[in-house]
Amino acid sequence: MKANVNKPILAVGPFHPLQEEMEYFQLTIDGEIVTDIDMRISYNHRGIERLSETLQFDQVPFLVSRVCGICSASHPLAYINAVEEIAGITPPERALYVRTIINELERIHSHLLWVGLAGHFIGYDTVFMWAWKYREPVLDLLEEITGNRNNYGNVKVGGCREDISDDAIPRIQKELEGIEKKTDMLTKAVLDDPIIHTRLKGVGVLTKGSAVEYAVTGPTARGSGIAIDARYDDPYAVYADLDWEVITQTEGDVFAKAVVRLLEILESVKMIRQAVKKLPKGPIAIEVREIPPGEGCGRAEAPRGETFHYVRSDGGNRPVRHKIRAPSYVNVPSFRASCIGQHIADVTITLAAVDPCYSCTERLAVVDGHSNIVHDYEALLKLSREKTARIKKEIGTPEFKLEDF
Amino acid sequence: MNMNQEELNNRLSEIRDKLINIEQTMDSRIFLLCEAENSFAVSKFLFEDMALRFIIATGIDSEDCFEILYHFSNDETGCVVTVKAFIRDREDPSIESITPLIPGAEWIEREIHDLLGINFNNHPNMRRLILADDWPEGVYPLRKDFKR
Repeated sequence: MKANVNKPILAVGPFHPLQEEMEYFQLTIDGEIVTDIDMRISYNHRGIERLSETLQFDQVPFLVSRVCGICSASHPLAYINAVEEIAGITPPERALYVRTIINELERIHSHLLWVGLAGHFIGYDTVFMWAWKYREPVLDLLEEITGNRNNYGNVKVGGCREDISDDAIPRIQKELEGIEKKTDMLTKAVLDDPIIHTRLKGVGVLTKGSAVEYAVTGPTARGSGIAIDARYDDPYAVYADLDWEVITQTEGDVFAKAVVRLLEILESVKMIRQAVKKLPKGPIAIEVREIPPGEGCGRAEAPRGETFHYVRSDGGNRPVRHKIRAPSYVNVPSFRASCIGQHIADVTITLAAVDPCYSCTERLAVVDGHSNIVHDYEALLKLSREKTARIKKEIGTPEFKLEDF
Repeated sequence: MNMNQEELNNRLSEIRDKLINIEQTMDSRIFLLCEAENSFAVSKFLFEDMALRFIIATGIDSEDCFEILYHFSNDETGCVVTVKAFIRDREDPSIESITPLIPGAEWIEREIHDLLGINFNNHPNMRRLILADDWPEGVYPLRKDFKR
């Protein structure tokens, strides 16, 4: 790592026993302003691309669903899209609808998880508790359909493994109503709250130019005014048949990214409703005997952005090369553009704004020029929360209560 | 195929002399085959002139050469344009880095350097990304001859 003993360094990461990913950020600070950022990843490199070459085409989805617990529907789907492209397979229509429904449920639970954590980082623990409470029924629905709350293992080459039973449909519709109502309430609360405006607007701005240079995707790009979405641009499953919008905001700050995610939940609700209504009868899979030689590029829009899988086949029963690009791989380096020049009190929320793994923000330590630890993670979190409290006092707004809405 | 796609195909003829071949597996999947020394110029054309979005790069150990695949996306048409560069020199494989042009390529080029041992010339920050600090020099885990 670059070490400059004369400048104070803020170390963010790398380890946290509860999280599945580790990242390390080394911030150089001048007073309260971040002047440089250096990153280090791969504390938990599992060699999945190499492992994939040792598995049969049908076994790989189970492996890639474990790339990320939260995106465990997007990765297998991107892989399947690539393999079906090589083999020229079109699965039965019902399977495509089931894939769409599962992927949108995944987006809802992932975005709610982010909203909760973002609230926690700026000192709104009520938002944290409520958002995670609303997320629970989504996980229950996923469990009912696939048998698992995460790592669904539901897609396979040529279709799906588990069908959506007729009994589940009224339950899905009922839960969607609840999710829509609560998300609507959360969105209004965020959009109307003057403290959240002061805290998140103009913070961690990623300009459109930087977004292009760093090739970011997902809500990180859409928050900077770039209307890209694999579901819309390169439609897979049944997204082309549904009526929905790509949500964008132009500001590029943390607030814009929050708005994009909240509105996307509502779009997902809209999509699932239509998909459930249109769900055709019929089989959910066709038999696939072999994968011919060739190469395919599969894409799926994960909650964090475009997931890209490149698969090459030589006609055998295993991929000869399988490249996986998760969205955070391009979103995280954009911190160089969004963190430099920020106050350290705003760093936790700026780092959280691209929705990376939270291990990075769970273990922070400020180190001064003589390597003595001055502040730890709790102190930084305190700084962030104190800033919110200070603004509250200045604005003179009453304590924020979700119950008011 | 819509107009944008046709336009893209037409514009690709501008760099035809730098390419070995153009392969189109589907309407929306184009592979531009070239030698390693031309890959920077082709990528630059796609990123700057065509304004395509850089997705990622893939490094592959083929039998007689290394392949570096730079995947670009035309988000207006959903087309993935892949620059497939062949590095023929297996003893000292190297290719021009595109990171000075696209900062978003920094990590993946470092990763390919770690895993396949390919040198990216003019890369601004060629430190290890994936491999541990105590991993031996000159051992590349994604090469086909790697034994655990």
